[in-house]
Amino acid sequence: MSKPFNWREAAAGLIVPIALIAIWQAACSLGWVNEHVLPSPWAVVTRWVAYLLPAKPFAEFEGSWLMWAISGELLLDASGSMYRVVVGFIVGAGLALPLGLMMGASPRVYAWLNPLAQVLRPIPPIAYIPLAILWFGLGNPPAIFLIAIGAFFPVLINTIAGVRQVDGIYLRAARNLGANQSTLFLRVILPASVPYILSGVRIGIGTAFIVVIVSEMIAVNNGLGFRILEAREYFWSDKIIAGMISIGMLGLAIDMGVNKLNNYLLRWHRGLEH
Amino acid sequence: MSAPHIAVKGVNKIFASADREVVALKDIHLDIPQGQFVCLLGPSGCGKSTLLNAIAGFSLPTSGSITADGKAVTGPGPDRGMVFQEYALFPWMTVEKNIAFGLEIKGVAAEKIQDTVTSLLAKLGLTDFSNRYPKDLSGGMRQRVAIARILALDSPIMLMDEPFGALDALTRRNLQDELLRIWAELGKTVIFVTHSIEEAIYLADRIVVMTYRPGTVKRDLLVDLPRLRDPSSPAFNSLKRELGQLVMEEQQRHHDAELVAAID
Repeated sequence: MSKPFNWREAAAGLIVPIALIAIWQAACSLGWVNEHVLPSPWAVVTRWVAYLLPAKPFAEFEGSWLMWAISGELLLDASGSMYRVVVGFIVGAGLALPLGLMMGASPRVYAWLNPLAQVLRPIPPIAYIPLAILWFGLGNPPAIFLIAIGAFFPVLINTIAGVRQVDGIYLRAARNLGANQSTLFLRVILPASVPYILSGVRIGIGTAFIVVIVSEMIAVNNGLGFRILEAREYFWSDKIIAGMISIGMLGLAIDMGVNKLNNYLLRWHRGLEH
Repeated sequence: MSAPHIAVKGVNKIFASADREVVALKDIHLDIPQGQFVCLLGPSGCGKSTLLNAIAGFSLPTSGSITADGKAVTGPGPDRGMVFQEYALFPWMTVEKNIAFGLEIKGVAAEKIQDTVTSLLAKLGLTDFSNRYPKDLSGGMRQRVAIARILALDSPIMLMDEPFGALDALTRRNLQDELLRIWAELGKTVIFVTHSIEEAIYLADRIVVMTYRPGTVKRDLLVDLPRLRDPSSPAFNSLKRELGQLVMEEQQRHHDAELVAAID
């Protein structure tokens, strides 16, 4: 059941941020801090709007009005980052899911692959950066490789756990009703593992989002991660903060989207509020 | 009378773990004719569920043989539909989908499935719940779905493992009556595991009382009371007293065995 929007609660949540921003603005206005080190909130907002809006006036733009409206640097950066997150996640999760299902279902496959997975898993994706550049050069491929690694392990580990926790009673009931091995797998084990798999997906997307920012700092020349590093080169601290805020908003949007998907796919599941 | 519908011959079941062996079933012989309603009665640990699981094919006997409908039992199958105490409905499927599952995997045509499901929903009073998920149903409703799920496959044999054990007394009586109605209408052979003496007398044509470890048949008797049975009648109560005595002896042995185990 969706709860009605609670204005009181929303207002309560705004008090602390507004107070912090007010203190921050006051500190800047009164000259307590160097504006290059900490620009004022107002400067950040101005910079953020400039970052969002198209760089050229419409008169100089070749193309439709809509194309012009979305030609701002921020939107290009955000879509570039999103593209890498999505492709990297699909590659990583797309490999992890079938592998995890096999490892969860077959003790033999598990015995073969689990030691390797356990050794590779603690290596942070960031540590693959040098290799990624050696293997894939610069541009999107190394970034996607790193993101895929970041998404791979959470999905793998959760899928294995999901398959292993399937209550034997469902398997017995399905076999009693005449299910063969493939039916058992596709119609019982897989759906019964979905809650675990989805929590792996959520962690995996979170990791992918961290890795995309890092990988953009080393391998590509657009994207939100690239932009805040570029802003540092020019000492544009207002743009650094504007970029960080954009990263935060995109991350929040992704998490909300995944959460919605979760609630839809798990509408049968106990103990979920929706 | 023709050959028994279910024949259990010299069945033994031994559970072996690293340090000890438990003889769960010892030399069980049971011939059950077509259409009989049999209750397996006994305290926990008497092997009644083990015997049911052996007939269901989930856990085959260590020695001896079981045949159902003339065929040797080698594994679970839809000819012996099982209703579990824990319901075991698939929580990710709606009521309708749960009931349709057995038919779908058998490859029955969609319209035929729809007809069967619609009539079973009506028969069990589930029509208004067809699109609900199991989590939104009460225990009694869930067990109705579980019964409908095996009726969909038209199994000649229904195996029921303490199906009403987790229900409150009123829901329980309600479902017992429903089960008797379905049984009378469809003529299924039912093997029903319970530790409730009253439930056994209320439902069964025949009650098989089992002993605590090793599980053997202690008493095998026919219940010769007209249906629907009145649990407050003198005949019902004298049978209840007699069976109560038998079950309590086994319960005492169970208790003593646990004391010994605790001292060890």
